[in-house]
Amino acid sequence: MTYGLAALDAKDIEKVAHLARLGLSGPEREAYAQDLSRILDLVSHMNAVATDGVVPMTHPDAAGLRLRGDKVEQEIDRDQLMAVAPQARDGLYLVPRVIE
Amino acid sequence: MEWETVIGLEVHAQLKTRSKIFSVSPTAYGAAPNTQANVVDAAFPGVLPVLNAEVVRMAARFGLAIGATVHKRSVFARKNYFYPDLPKGYQISQYEHPIVERGRLVITTPAGEKTIGITRAHLEEDAGKSLHEDMDGFTGIDLNRAGTPLLEIVSEPDMRSAAEAVAYLKTLHTLVRYLDICDGNMQEGSFRCDANVSVRPLGEARFGTRAELKNINSFRFVERAIDYEVRRQIALLSSGGQVRQETRLYDSARDETRSMRSKEEANDYRYFPDPDLPSLVLTEAFLAEVRDAMPELPDAKRARFSAQYGLSAYDAGVLTASRELAQYYEDVLAAAGGEPKLAANWVTGELAARLNEDGLDIVDSRVKAPALAGLLRRIADGTVSGKAAKDVFEAMWAGEGDADAVIAARGLRQISDDSAIEEVVRQVIAANPKQLAQYRAGEEKVFTFFVGQTMKASRGKANPAKVNEILKRLLAP
Repeated sequence: MTYGLAALDAKDIEKVAHLARLGLSGPEREAYAQDLSRILDLVSHMNAVATDGVVPMTHPDAAGLRLRGDKVEQEIDRDQLMAVAPQARDGLYLVPRVIE
Repeated sequence: MEWETVIGLEVHAQLKTRSKIFSVSPTAYGAAPNTQANVVDAAFPGVLPVLNAEVVRMAARFGLAIGATVHKRSVFARKNYFYPDLPKGYQISQYEHPIVERGRLVITTPAGEKTIGITRAHLEEDAGKSLHEDMDGFTGIDLNRAGTPLLEIVSEPDMRSAAEAVAYLKTLHTLVRYLDICDGNMQEGSFRCDANVSVRPLGEARFGTRAELKNINSFRFVERAIDYEVRRQIALLSSGGQVRQETRLYDSARDETRSMRSKEEANDYRYFPDPDLPSLVLTEAFLAEVRDAMPELPDAKRARFSAQYGLSAYDAGVLTASRELAQYYEDVLAAAGGEPKLAANWVTGELAARLNEDGLDIVDSRVKAPALAGLLRRIADGTVSGKAAKDVFEAMWAGEGDADAVIAARGLRQISDDSAIEEVVRQVIAANPKQLAQYRAGEEKVFTFFVGQTMKASRGKANPAKVNEILKRLLAP
């Protein structure tokens, strides 16, 4: 049983794949369309619940966020962090050239 | 056709904290690349953000200062996009529930005061920096700036000219420095501005299509970028074209704006509440504490300076342009024991000119407030003339000692002793019988000749008021 959400079409999948920077083949797109539609379908069960006047709850957190004091702790070993980077030079992480 | 310009501004003010918004890394500017980016800033797997309390206090202080609602509950959200200097793949920001909403700022324009609405101010983290030069086909990433706390301040589209936009920015710039929440350094990017600019036929109620101008890092460029963009849009619309909604970059070298992306994709940031960060909840007690600690704000200080010290609106405005300058002025008054107008003249005159010449900020002035006060006391008690005082000031600036030392060393003490001046005046009169005859025959202009001669004979040290008085008496037939 569905609750009124249309199934995702090829175009939706293309857009979502692009936003996620995923290159999908034709058959993969097909598979994702079905999988994602099923997930949305599951979520759409909530549409059957009357939520008028219910304040959206973003987190189950009565207490709220815990804060820390504005204290610097120098715990940075650059070489150690960079050791796991695919490429680094002169203290910079290197990535394929990005031009806007 | 007559056109109306509509401008809304988004300002990113870097909050003046020691550590980052969600990590314990330092925020200091100019460190070697990636020496101030820890596992949280570099988005190593498994790390969690922990919010800096000072950031919250600063945002609340700003909200209260602009008469806004400071929400007791606000929510951090993820703004998703891919760029290498944003290693998490999302920026932590606030979206549906910002901490500050609906404030206002009063600006002064040539046409009078105008209130500019502030839609919202929200907390977010800055991204890192991408370096494209000299990287052999790579892009280098420095994450030192990643996670630096920002307060994004979004105005209503209430401004109608580039000049109003600049006035708003300057007022905001002064305010954040008064509040001590941002150092305001535009060169280092601590106070950045994006401008949404559109034009519409005068009288039209709907807004025109806007362009967003980015990369404007000085007040002067804000004015130029907007002026250029307005001219471009009017030319486009006048010739039957249409303005495209897009992001444009201001190029200060060419003084023009350029489209940043040829094919602007509709931004799809897929905001959602960050599951790592529960709602930010503020208590009434916290807000009361922030309210109690609020410093005197620019408008209040300006009004007080006018009322308390009898200053002109202009002088009061200049002296309260920054908290540091206002403090210097009041320090001078305290040390001089009064003389508010004399002090105002000196601080906005000689001192300001000298600071400007040497490119110094008031806090770095070579003549400190107590030293200037020492000089003002000597002007007020007649020890030095206003003219000689300028020489004394120059010598003080050059490090030749305090006012009394310079006056003594250079023999600049003013002669106010009546008999001494009278002696000089008698000599001058005796040496100029022709001019004396002219004066007594009714040529009153000659009086200034005698004043000049007397000052010259006293090597500028005679008290001018006394010279006038004694000359009038002795020249009389």
